[in-house]
Amino acid sequence: MSKAINIITSTIVPLHNENVDTDQIIPARFLKATSRDGFGKNLFRDWRYENDDETKPKKDFVLNNPIYSGKILVAGKNFGCGSSREHAAWAIKDAGFDVVVSSFFADIFKNNALNNFLLPVVVSDEFLQKIFAAVEKDSAAQLEINLKEQSIKLLAGGEQEIFEINHYKKTCLLNGYDDIDYLLSIKDKIEAFEISMNS
Amino acid sequence: MMDTTKHSNYNSTPSGAGGHSLFEKIWDKHIVQTIEDGPSVLYIDKHLIHEVTSPQAFTGLNKRGIKVFRPKQIVATADHNVPTLNQHLPIKEALSRLQVEALIKNCAEHGIELYGLGHPYQGIVHVIGPELGITQPGLTVVCGDSHTSTHGAFGAIAFGIGTSEVEMVMTTQCLLQSKPKLMRINVDGELNKGVVSKDIILYIISLISASGATGYAVEFAGSTIRNLSMEARMTICNMSIEMGARCGLIAPDETTFNYIKGRKFAPQADEWNKKLTEWKTLFSDADAIFDKEIFIDAAAIEPMITYGTNPGMGIGVSKHIPSLNEIDAKEKNSFEKSLHYMGLQAGEHIKGKKIDYVFIGSCTNSRIEDLRMVASFVKGKKKANDVEVWIVPGSKQVEAQAKQEGLDKILEAAGFMLRQPGCSACLGMNEDKIPAGKYCISTSNRNFEGRQGPNARTFLASPLSAAVAAITGKVSDVREFLN
Ligand code: SF4
Repeated sequence: MSKAINIITSTIVPLHNENVDTDQIIPARFLKATSRDGFGKNLFRDWRYENDDETKPKKDFVLNNPIYSGKILVAGKNFGCGSSREHAAWAIKDAGFDVVVSSFFADIFKNNALNNFLLPVVVSDEFLQKIFAAVEKDSAAQLEINLKEQSIKLLAGGEQEIFEINHYKKTCLLNGYDDIDYLLSIKDKIEAFEISMNS
Repeated sequence: MMDTTKHSNYNSTPSGAGGHSLFEKIWDKHIVQTIEDGPSVLYIDKHLIHEVTSPQAFTGLNKRGIKVFRPKQIVATADHNVPTLNQHLPIKEALSRLQVEALIKNCAEHGIELYGLGHPYQGIVHVIGPELGITQPGLTVVCGDSHTSTHGAFGAIAFGIGTSEVEMVMTTQCLLQSKPKLMRINVDGELNKGVVSKDIILYIISLISASGATGYAVEFAGSTIRNLSMEARMTICNMSIEMGARCGLIAPDETTFNYIKGRKFAPQADEWNKKLTEWKTLFSDADAIFDKEIFIDAAAIEPMITYGTNPGMGIGVSKHIPSLNEIDAKEKNSFEKSLHYMGLQAGEHIKGKKIDYVFIGSCTNSRIEDLRMVASFVKGKKKANDVEVWIVPGSKQVEAQAKQEGLDKILEAAGFMLRQPGCSACLGMNEDKIPAGKYCISTSNRNFEGRQGPNARTFLASPLSAAVAAITGKVSDVREFLN
C-alpha cells in the first residue's frame, strides 16, 4: 500500500499555467485502463508531444526540459479543476511526484490527491511567485516540505510559509492510513445509523 | 465551525423558523458521526457508477476480499466510453470493449443493477438518474463523475467523487467529507428572448470565474430559477462544478414533484404522500445564513458563448473578446495562451466566426426539451453545407421519445445526424472526436484544451445558439432569427 509522508526535500518542476484542468493532466482517451498503474507516461500528454507523437517532444514544455526534475510539482492557481478523474492524481504520482504546490486547488482533485498520498500544499500567491522566481534563477533550487510542522521552505533563501491541512488527513498521511480502513472500522455504527434513519 | 462573514436577509423561499439552509437540512440528516477536528462521516443514499471510474474500485474491493455493502443503492450504466453508432454490434475498440465488459462482470458479481448498452434505460448517468425517478429531494447522491452536481436540481446533495471514494461508498456506503461553505445565487426577473438556462449558468460562471465557487455548496434561488422547468434546472446545477462548487442545489417545489411523480422508481401510493410531506420541508429558512450571496438580474443576460479554454471565459454573443488591457496582469499569460489555442484575437468580435462542427449532447443539454428546442428552431431549415452536426440524445428513453414525437425526421431533414446515447464528443473518449484545429459549437460543459479531441476548439453555448450556428455555419445571435 501507499507509504506515509513526512519530510520531502527535492528540486522543483515549475508549471507556470493557471487553471490546469484534469483533461490536460490526463486526457480522456487514456482513461480506458482498468488498473491504477502506468498513467504517468501520459501525464500532460498533449502539452508534452507534438501531434501525440512520442518521438516529437515539445521543447518548450517544462517536463521535456532536462534542467528541471524532482518530486515537487509547482503550478499556478486553480490546479486540478474539471473532471473528477482520479487518474489525474495517479498520473502525477506515477510520474514520480509526491507533492503538488499551488495557490489554489480544485476540491475534488485535492481529495483525490490526498487519497493517493500525493500531498497538495496550498501556499500564498506571493510565496508561489517566490518559488517560481527561485527556480528561474537556479533550476537546482530545492524546497523542503515538513508535513508534521506544516511548513514549506525554500532551502536557498530560507523563506518559509506554514500551510493548512485538515488534522485528520494529516494524521492519515503521517501514518499511512487511508479512509477506507477508518470507515470499515466503524461499520457497526453505520449499520446502526441506517436502522435509525429508516425508523 | 462555519465562517459567516456575510449575512444577508434576502428571502426568496417560504418563511420558516430555525435558520437552516436547504443544504444543512439534508447534510445534518446524513451525518453518521463527526471526527473531532476532522471531516464528517456522511451517509450516501444513492451511488451511480459507470465503466470508466469504477473498475479500479472493484479491484480494491476484490483485493480486500469483500463484497459491495449495499448493492441495491447502486445503479450502473455504460456511457462515457461507448460508441454512438451501431450500438447493437460488439464495441470495436479493444480497450473500450474491455472496460464495458469489466463493468458487466463486476455488476453481476456484486449484484448491482446495470443498464448497459442495448438496455432501454441506458444513457448518460446524469440523464438516467432523474428520468428513472432515482434522484429525489433530500437524498445524498454521488458518482465518480464531476457533473453529479446535476442531481442537485431536485434538492439533493449530489457531488462527484474520485475512484478511491467510489471504493469507500462501495465498502461502507459512507464518505469522509468536510462541510463546505454555503453560497446562494439569486436570479430574478424575466429572461430575454432567445435566452435559456444554459445562458444563465454560462453568465454566472463568467461573472465569478471557473474557481469562484470552490469550497462552496451553491443554492440557486430567485424567481427566474423558480420559473424554470426541471430539465432547465438540471442544466444549471450540472455546470455548478464549472465554477468549482462542491455541489449545486435548488429547493424542490411543485415543478419538482410533478416531474418525479409516476417515474419508474418514484415512491408509490402511501409512500408518495409520506415523501411529499417530507420534501415540502426542504427549503432554506428565511433566516438561514449564507457565507456568500450573489444577486443577478435576469434581464442582463444575453445568449452566451465561450471564447477561451475554461468555462469562465464566456461573453454575450454580441460582445467582443476582452482586449489585453481589460485583463488582469497576472492572468495575461493564461489568457494569451488560451486565445492562441483557440486561434482567436483579443478584442475581436465572436459573432460571425466560422464553425465546422455542431455537437448537441452531453449531460448538460441532451434531454428531450433540448431536442425539442433544436427541432422547433430548425424545422424547415437546412444546415450550412460545410458543417457537420451531431445530435446525441442523453438516453435511450430520450431517443425513443424524440422518435415518437417525430423530432428525428425534422432533424434529419435539416441534415443533422441523430446518433445513439452516450457521452460522445463531450469528452472525446470514444471515436466521436472533433479533428485538430476545427471549431465546434457545443452544448456540453467544458471547453478545455483537447477536451473534444487533441487540439479541437470548443465554443460552449445553448442548444438554441448551437442550432442557429448549424444553419448559418457561423457563431450567430439567435435573437436575430426569432420573430
Ligand atoms: S456527458 Fe460529459 S460531462 Fe456528462 S457525464 Fe458524460 S463525460 Fe461527464
